[in-house]
Amino acid sequence: MYFKLAWRNIWRNKRRTWITVAAIGFAVFFSSFMKSAQLGSYERMIDNVARFFTGYAQVHALGYWDDKTLDFSFEANEDLIHTVRKSAHVEVAAPRIESFALASFVNQTKGSLVLGIDPEAENQLTKLKSKLVAGDYLEADDKAVLIGEGLASYLKMDVGDTLVMISTGFHGVNAAGKYVVKGLVKFPTPDMNNQIIYLPLREAQWFYGAENRLTNIAMIVDQVDNTNMVVDKLKSELDTEIYEIMGWEELLPELVESIELDYVGGLIMRYILYTVIAFGIFGTFLMMVNERKYEFGIMMAVGMHRYSLQIVVFMETILIAITGTIMGILVSLPLIVYFYFNPIYFTGEYATMFESYGMEPIMPFSMDSEIFTGQGTAVLIIASILALYPLFAIFRLKINQAIRG
Amino acid sequence: MKVIKANQLTKVYNESKIPVTALSGVDIEISEGEFTAIVGPSGSGKSTLLNIIGGLDNPTSGYIEVGGLDISTLSENQLIDFRMNNIGFVFQSYNLIPVLTAKENVTFILLLQKKSKQEMNARAEELLNKVGLGDRMNNRPNELSGGQQQRVAVARALASKPKFILADEPTANLDSVSTANLLDLMAEMNATEKATFVFSTHDQRVIDKARRVITLEDGKIKSDEIKS
Ligand SMILES: Nc1ncnc2c1ncn2[C@@H]1O[C@H](COP(=O)(O)OP(=O)(O)O)[C@@H](O)[C@H]1O
Ligand SMILES: [Mg+2]
Repeated sequence: MYFKLAWRNIWRNKRRTWITVAAIGFAVFFSSFMKSAQLGSYERMIDNVARFFTGYAQVHALGYWDDKTLDFSFEANEDLIHTVRKSAHVEVAAPRIESFALASFVNQTKGSLVLGIDPEAENQLTKLKSKLVAGDYLEADDKAVLIGEGLASYLKMDVGDTLVMISTGFHGVNAAGKYVVKGLVKFPTPDMNNQIIYLPLREAQWFYGAENRLTNIAMIVDQVDNTNMVVDKLKSELDTEIYEIMGWEELLPELVESIELDYVGGLIMRYILYTVIAFGIFGTFLMMVNERKYEFGIMMAVGMHRYSLQIVVFMETILIAITGTIMGILVSLPLIVYFYFNPIYFTGEYATMFESYGMEPIMPFSMDSEIFTGQGTAVLIIASILALYPLFAIFRLKINQAIRG
Repeated sequence: MKVIKANQLTKVYNESKIPVTALSGVDIEISEGEFTAIVGPSGSGKSTLLNIIGGLDNPTSGYIEVGGLDISTLSENQLIDFRMNNIGFVFQSYNLIPVLTAKENVTFILLLQKKSKQEMNARAEELLNKVGLGDRMNNRPNELSGGQQQRVAVARALASKPKFILADEPTANLDSVSTANLLDLMAEMNATEKATFVFSTHDQRVIDKARRVITLEDGKIKSDEIKS
């Protein structure tokens, strides 16, 4: 009975109800869509940097992260690598030696990041082979390098040219070497593309005079969310007086910070949107109550209790809110699913703009179910709070005034 | 038997800057089964008096007893139940719940009284047939004429078999034919449903049909005439 009354009342003013439903639906749609794009870009950023470069977690010698020099390298030991590889949720672990070098070709010189890798493990870890755009991939006993495509074009060199590398090695020894460029790799993030050099692990250890030493073991965890669990586990298994174990959040504080900043930005946007929509909803509720005061008065005069009236009107407001929320989700869901599988790639000017910020020119989307539940509940909560107004108005209604019209 | 007793009823509205005295020192006694008109020009206090009798408003001072009960002692919820069980209201216009059909408007009261479905349907159909709207039961108010709406309102007012029907200018928005019909209907219901009718009006044709006429002027009783 109450439901019947509420339902029919909603459709008394069809146009107003539809406008309100549409406004709520739009709020849910827009905020879900925005949040999906946001989370999608975070997932992508984490993937690009963590998944394809640092790994989700790393083991170093204690102190290395504060002072990234070869002096904080550690002895490569099979047991250690084995322990890491056997750890639950760890999919791949790759030993690395990482440092800097000046790279030159003819008249051009550039500071670069040198990564000594186990080519096979590294490929499992970061799918490095798939980044190859020219030449061939490294073999473990090669005396050759893979370099970033951006670096190659800066140095104006190509596959087959010989790169000269100069650096300081372990314990300050001089390091110098000449390596044929075996292949070019292309990375979406400009920072890496413009300065990366890959050497086979053994060659890199020889170059830096750091025989059988590593600076880190990078690993991929089955799911990003399991990173902290793996880190904690390794902390209990390895000697933390000798080693430090860090997850990607610790390895990439700038990334975490920029994600947090962006997240807050999105939050503010959504609050503004919600506020605007809230005023719209409130306006509707206000009209719903004010134009029906006489009717409420009659209903109470003939024997309807105040709280029964409140139940009916609350149902009306919540029904409108739920309908709007469901509509918003129904509209955004297929769109988000579509864009999840077909992210937007920017081209031309936009692409250049993105790249100048060190970002990949792509707008990916996330399908995290939290997007819908989060936006849906937010809008429902707002509507429920606003629905208190009609309840309050009925609470204050004086019958004798209401029926005087 | 006196079923409504009012003693020195006074009502002052203090809502605006200047207080308005709507009733001052009204004494009334109404017996069971009366068919009484409260008459007076607009603003004379008719609605205020009916609202106080119906428990929709409180007097500023004075005593009011309805059906042997001092209604000023009732809480809001008790008052609502008292109205539901004892009083049927007919207002000037827009009496009905617009989203409900004629029949649903009548059963609404019975639903509030938690009557059984069969009882509700039977009573609603009986009353709507009595008021001559047996064929309009499933129409909504906006599909009915003003006269038909008032007839439904009378049927609704009678649904719970109340002791009193209070009708505040029930014919104010009706043409003369509908007015005459409604009054005949009310008189008939007064006889068959054994309810006491008190209605306000300033329409001479309505006044002519009343058996007792109480005239108000400026919130005071000017005359009280029982027709033979
Ligand atoms: N709720 C109210 N607030 C203020 N003044 C009121 C209120 N109800 C009635 N009045 C005033 O009381 C007087 C009597 O009104 P009312 O009882 O409605 O008269 P009638 O029904 O005879 O036209 C009028 O002057 C009216 O303006
Ligand atoms: Mg009046």
